[in-house]
Parts: sequence; structure tokens; C-alpha cells
Amino acid sequence: MRVMAQMSMIMNLDKCIGCHTCSVTCKQVWTNRTGVEYAWFNNVETKPGVGYPRQYEDQEKWKGGWVRTKRGRLKLRAGGRLSKLLHIFDNPDLPVIDDYYEPWTYDYDMLTTAPAGTQSPVARPKSLLTGKNMDIKWSGNWDDNLGGSQETAADDPILATMSEHVKMEFENTFMFYLPRICEHCLNPACVAACPSGAMYKREEDGIVLVDEDGCRGWRMCVSACPYKKVYFNHKTGKAEKCTLCYPLIEQGKPTICSETCVGRLRYLGLMLYDADAVLAAASIENDHDLLDAQRGVFLDPFDPEVIAAAKAEGMEDDWILAAQNSPIYKLIAEYKIALPLHPEYRTMPMVWYIPPLSPVVDVVSTTQADSEDARTLFAAIDRLRIPVQYLAGLFSAGDVRPVEASLKKLAAMRSYMRDINLGRPADERIARAVGMTGETMQAMYRLLAIAKYEDRYVIPKAHVETARELDELACSLDTDGGPGMGGPGQNAGPFGHESGMPLAGTVSNYNEMTGKAGEKTKPTTPGRVNLLNWTGGNVPPGMFPPKKSPGAPA
Amino acid sequence: MTPLDFLLWVAFPYIAAATFVVGHILRYRFDQFGWTSRSSQTYENRLLRWGSPMFHYGMLMVIGGHVVGLFIPKPWLEFFGVTEHIYHLGATWMGSVAAVLTIAGLIILIVRRRLVTRVHLATTVMDKVMYIFLGGTILFGTIATVLHQVLGAGYDYRGSISPWIRSLWGLQPDPSLMSDVPFFFQLHVLTATALFLLWPFTRLVHVFSAPIGYIWRPYVIYRSRDTHKGSGARPVKRGWEKAELPNVRVSPRADEPSRPSRSRTNIRR
Repeated sequence: MRVMAQMSMIMNLDKCIGCHTCSVTCKQVWTNRTGVEYAWFNNVETKPGVGYPRQYEDQEKWKGGWVRTKRGRLKLRAGGRLSKLLHIFDNPDLPVIDDYYEPWTYDYDMLTTAPAGTQSPVARPKSLLTGKNMDIKWSGNWDDNLGGSQETAADDPILATMSEHVKMEFENTFMFYLPRICEHCLNPACVAACPSGAMYKREEDGIVLVDEDGCRGWRMCVSACPYKKVYFNHKTGKAEKCTLCYPLIEQGKPTICSETCVGRLRYLGLMLYDADAVLAAASIENDHDLLDAQRGVFLDPFDPEVIAAAKAEGMEDDWILAAQNSPIYKLIAEYKIALPLHPEYRTMPMVWYIPPLSPVVDVVSTTQADSEDARTLFAAIDRLRIPVQYLAGLFSAGDVRPVEASLKKLAAMRSYMRDINLGRPADERIARAVGMTGETMQAMYRLLAIAKYEDRYVIPKAHVETARELDELACSLDTDGGPGMGGPGQNAGPFGHESGMPLAGTVSNYNEMTGKAGEKTKPTTPGRVNLLNWTGGNVPPGMFPPKKSPGAPA
Repeated sequence: MTPLDFLLWVAFPYIAAATFVVGHILRYRFDQFGWTSRSSQTYENRLLRWGSPMFHYGMLMVIGGHVVGLFIPKPWLEFFGVTEHIYHLGATWMGSVAAVLTIAGLIILIVRRRLVTRVHLATTVMDKVMYIFLGGTILFGTIATVLHQVLGAGYDYRGSISPWIRSLWGLQPDPSLMSDVPFFFQLHVLTATALFLLWPFTRLVHVFSAPIGYIWRPYVIYRSRDTHKGSGARPVKRGWEKAELPNVRVSPRADEPSRPSRSRTNIRR
């Protein structure tokens, strides 16, 4: 047994209103640069829908993820090592930028600088690739809220596996949102496909990252990821992906997408797993057994044997405590209501989802029946094959049983808590019907519905003090020009010039942490004042660039 | 030996070799982030999927042929029974196949680079310079081969060019060997030398990243955040600038004086 910790996320789809705040804040933080204009590390898809990039779930077409060979071994679907190297000059499975969408901007300047004329000036869309005028015909969420879905939804790879009847009727039946980030898989196909070995899984928290210095732009990761969550920066020629906001996670803070989620539907926490068991679990024969196989890889953080093994691996006590308090562990292992996205890709994804009950509730409400009555809901779950089958196509390789079990627990909670809210005695039979007790049902209700910040995010800080001993290094983004800026030795830290960034340095407390009593930190540009230290009172010298001498070139 | 001979066949090759070696070391040390093939496959896939494998596989054959012809002394091959006649036939025929593949691939790639706007706009000045010398080297080499080996009586470069190159490696340069070499062979050697000089400053560096180790390494790689290498070791790198239009002037009307073009903030090296 090799105990490893994985920072994981769970999203409660019932609460997602599809506002795209997560996507926008993520974009502002990570991908507002040339070369990745088209990339959304976080995106929100309307389901049913074709997704982003278009039809990414169709692995017959894109050849992402793993397959099990006849001899029971795992192989990348696109081919083995030799085949990868032979195709290195032309990746046959690479999506082109149009499969995502051609990035554009608007010619906003025209609105203010257009010469006087008879027509109102307009800001025409301009391609960011060619600079030419373009017609916008597709984007990252073109079929948002089923917009235009009568044209495109038939291309949804999951709908395609269902009957004709569904295709005709789905619009009247259900719709929900699916926010997606990198899955930070336990068995990542992107890492396995990288010829340069530049992609890796972090030992400490399992976050999958790209070493930008080591990446040589072979693009195999882009096609190998079945979720298409590795993006090719067409400007720098390097791969980029969701980092699970590791600079924040290292400080014990939630990712940007989680922090800004208005529905408060994201959960972050640790999952302990047995790294030695991953390959066997991912190689299991039947697709329907993959969910249980992955559950089997997780370790019980309360088990004394697991704790001893984790400590033997050097895991600190606060991490073990965090694993015990993890909302992820509760939702996956205790309540068993969270499910992985497309386990059949065999990558062992670690961003899981609580399937939405709302399609069922919506249908029940329209029939004038009591949509908070447990028996009505249970019957509806059994009867509404279409949404349940569709959810099974997403979350359990087509096996409806785990989805039904999960939905019934949500339905039971809804019904059980109504009685309590109305001051009626709690009906323990409802809890028992789904194999739970009233106590766990209320605990689950607190986690899902009340969803306190400190319950949603249980993130232990990275142990930077050990890193400092080894490498004089605090934040790994402290490279010059990196988002951490400054870097060790650039500014005087609170412990003197020789130390690195402050341990708990954040934007909000940067001034106090770096400002040694009475000593102003030096700006990085000579002659300029460091605006981080500006109190806003007066105009210090160096606030503005020095005036150019009259003779100097403009 | 004239001063020109010395310049072309001793000084120039050594300068190119020194630049090649030192340039690669410096670039590897200071510009890991820029070390990439800068693929344009995401812009255009159809033409590339024909041109790129043709060019690259052709090029691998060409390089293999050059290694045999230039670095294995004639008596060694003859020891294994490869006579001048057999060598000539083999080199000419296999060389021609490789040349056809390479040239056809290169033409597809260059046409694509020029005609597909997205790819054209992503082409740097250094790319264009590199294309001139790469294309020139291949062109002159092909002309020399066709003129002398296919149509002509056959020129035994293993008696002149090959010993000259080995004399360079042995640090006993003998420029006189090159004086009487046919013109197009000379031109081929000179453009190739210039290409080696430019090499470390172009995207050609990706040749030295051929990921052979992928065959043996474990699939999933784990790295500790503590072994993070090079923190603070490198200065500001390009590629982290804001999104903006490609560097083409977008003027709303032809008769209107164009606005000052947007300044490009990215640093080209």
C-alpha cells in the first residue's frame, strides 16, 4: 500500500444555474493571454449538448483516454509508445482550433474613432488569428441553454447512444449544466502520452501540471486527454491546462472557480488513495465495474493502518486530519452520492459530480403531483428513463443503478427535510428506504444545502517550511514574471533579505508581510515607486515615469 | 590555398560549429521556454498531415545518407564489400527517393505556410530566414546530385568533400580538398554551413528534443513540488502578454489615414 493524497473537487449539479462566473473568473486569472484566447480551463456546458470542444466525448473520433486490451492490459486508445513516436510529425487525433472555436475580438476603437458619417459605427468582430472580419458561427458555449440545439444536439455523443425517440423528445424532458475543469486523474492519459515527460502528477496533492520549460510542443497530451482539458497555446507552442489554482491550494485556499461560484456548489478536499492499486482498478474488464473499482482505490482516513502507512510515507498530521474532515470523502465514500465523469475513459478522474435531481423534480412539478414527496419522487426516478439514462451515460458508463441510488438519496433528503422544516416529526422510514439514518441525512443536508464555506473547502496548507529547508523556495510561482512576481531576494521579506516570499503572503496582506518596520520595499523598476506600497495619500516621486527630455525619441 | 579558400572552407565552418555548440548550450540554459517545435497543426490540419510526415521522414533518410557518405571512410565500406559502383547506385537511388519525399513535403509545407493566413501570420522573421537556408541547402544538394550523379558521369565526393569534413573534425583542416569540387556541391556545403550557424536561434532546436526516452519511461510521472527546478533561475520570458489582434493593420477605410498601429508588447527573441 502506497498512500497518496489527492486534492479533489465535487460539484453539486442541482445547484448550478449556468451563470458561467467560474469560467469568467478562471479566464481572467489564467487564460487572458494571446495564444490561449480560445482555451477555457473551466467551462460550463449545457447538457444535452455537443460540449466544448465539439463532441469531445466521442472517443471513436478523438481517441482519448485508455482502452483495455484483450490481454487485460491498459493501452492509450490512440496507440502505444512506438505508434505515438511514429506519429509525432502529425498527430492524427489533434483537434484543430475550429473544433473549439476561432477566437475573436471586436473592433471597439471604431465606436469612438470612426469618422462622421450617416451610419452608426459598429464594432465588427475580428478574428484573433487572422485579424480579418469574421462571422461568429461557433464558440465555447454556443448551445448554452439549449440555444440552437434542434440543429446541434443530435451530435451529442451520449444522445447518439440512446434511441431515436429520445432525440426527438429530450427538449421537453430535461436540461442541466455541467461545469468542467481538468479532472486531475489518478491515471492521467495526458501524462502518459507526453513524449517529453514534461507533464506530471504532483506527489503531494496529485495536481496534474505541465512543466512549461520541459514541454516541447508535441501535442500528444491534447489528443490523449479524453476530456480535452489540455490546451495548446498556439503562440508559445506549449501545452497549458487547469492547475487547480495550486498557488491558492498551497495556501489552504479554494480555487478561483470554487471561490467565485455563486451557487456555492463546489467542494474541495483531500482523498487518500492507494497508488499501487490504481493500475489494476483502471484495467478492470467491465466498464460498469469501474466506478466501484475506483471507489475501492480510496482509503479510509480513519483506519489506523492507513494512518500509519500515511505517516510512514511522510504525510503530516494536519493532512491526515484534513483527509478525515474532507467533504469529498463524505460525498464519495460515506453518502455515496457523488459520481465520476465518464469513468469508462479509465483515467480515474478526480473531479466528481452529484447528479442533478432537478430534471426529475421539474417533471413531477408539472404534473401537479407533490414534488417533495419521497414516494412520488422515487416512482418518478424509476419511470423517467430518459434523464436517468442520460446521466448514467455521463457518470457511470451507462449503468443506471448508481445514478438511481444517488438520485433517490437526494429525493429522500428533500422529502425528509421538508417534514423537519414544517415542524412535523421526521419520518425515519424515508431515510431507511435509501439505506441511511436520519442523522446522516441531516449531516448530508448541512453539507449540501447549508454548505458552509469551511465545510465545503477543507484544504490543508502545503508544507512550505520543509520546502524552504530544501530549496530556499516558498511559492513555486515566484519566478520573475510569474504570477507570484518578485521572487526570493527581489524584495526584502519580513525575515530579512535572505528569505523568500512570506509563508502566508497573499494579495491582501502583502504590504504587512513584506513591509519591514520603517523600511520601504524596493520597486522592481529603478526610479519607480512600488504601487503595492502606495497608501493613496500623496503622489510620491517615481509615481509616474520620468519625463522624456525634448531631444529623446518618442 | 587562397585567402578565400581559407575563409570558406576553414574559418566559416569553424565559426558555424562554434556558434552551433555555444548557441545551443546558451539557449538550453536560458530559453527552455522558447524551446519548442512551435507546431501550427492547430491552425491547419489537412495539408500538414501530408506535408509534415513526408518532409520529416524524407529528412531522416537524407540525414542518414549524409552520415554514411561523409563520416564513414571509403575503405571501411569497401572492406564490407560496398564498392564504389554499389555505393553510387545505392546513394543515388535511395537518395532520390528521400529527396523526392523531402522536397514534396517541403513544398506542401511552404505553400501552406504562405497561403493559409493563420499559419502565415504565425511565421516569424527567423522562420523565413531559416526556410531560405533550409530550402537552399536542399535545392543545391538536389541540383548537384541530379547534374553529376544522375545525368553526369558521377562525382566521387567521398574523395574530396568527405575527407575535408573529416579533416575539420580532426582539427587538421585541409581546404585544398574543396577547391576543385563542382560548384553546386560547394554551394550546398556553404548553405548547409550557414544553416548550422543559424540553427540554435531557430525552431530547428526541436531536432535535439527527439523524445526517444518515451519508449522506456513509465507512463505516469510523479514529481514532488520540492524538486521544482530553476525557480528564479530564468528571467522574464515571452508569451505572457495580453490578447490582441495579430500584427496586421486593420484600417476601417482605405482612404482614411491609418491609426498608429497597436504596439506589440510581446518580446521576440
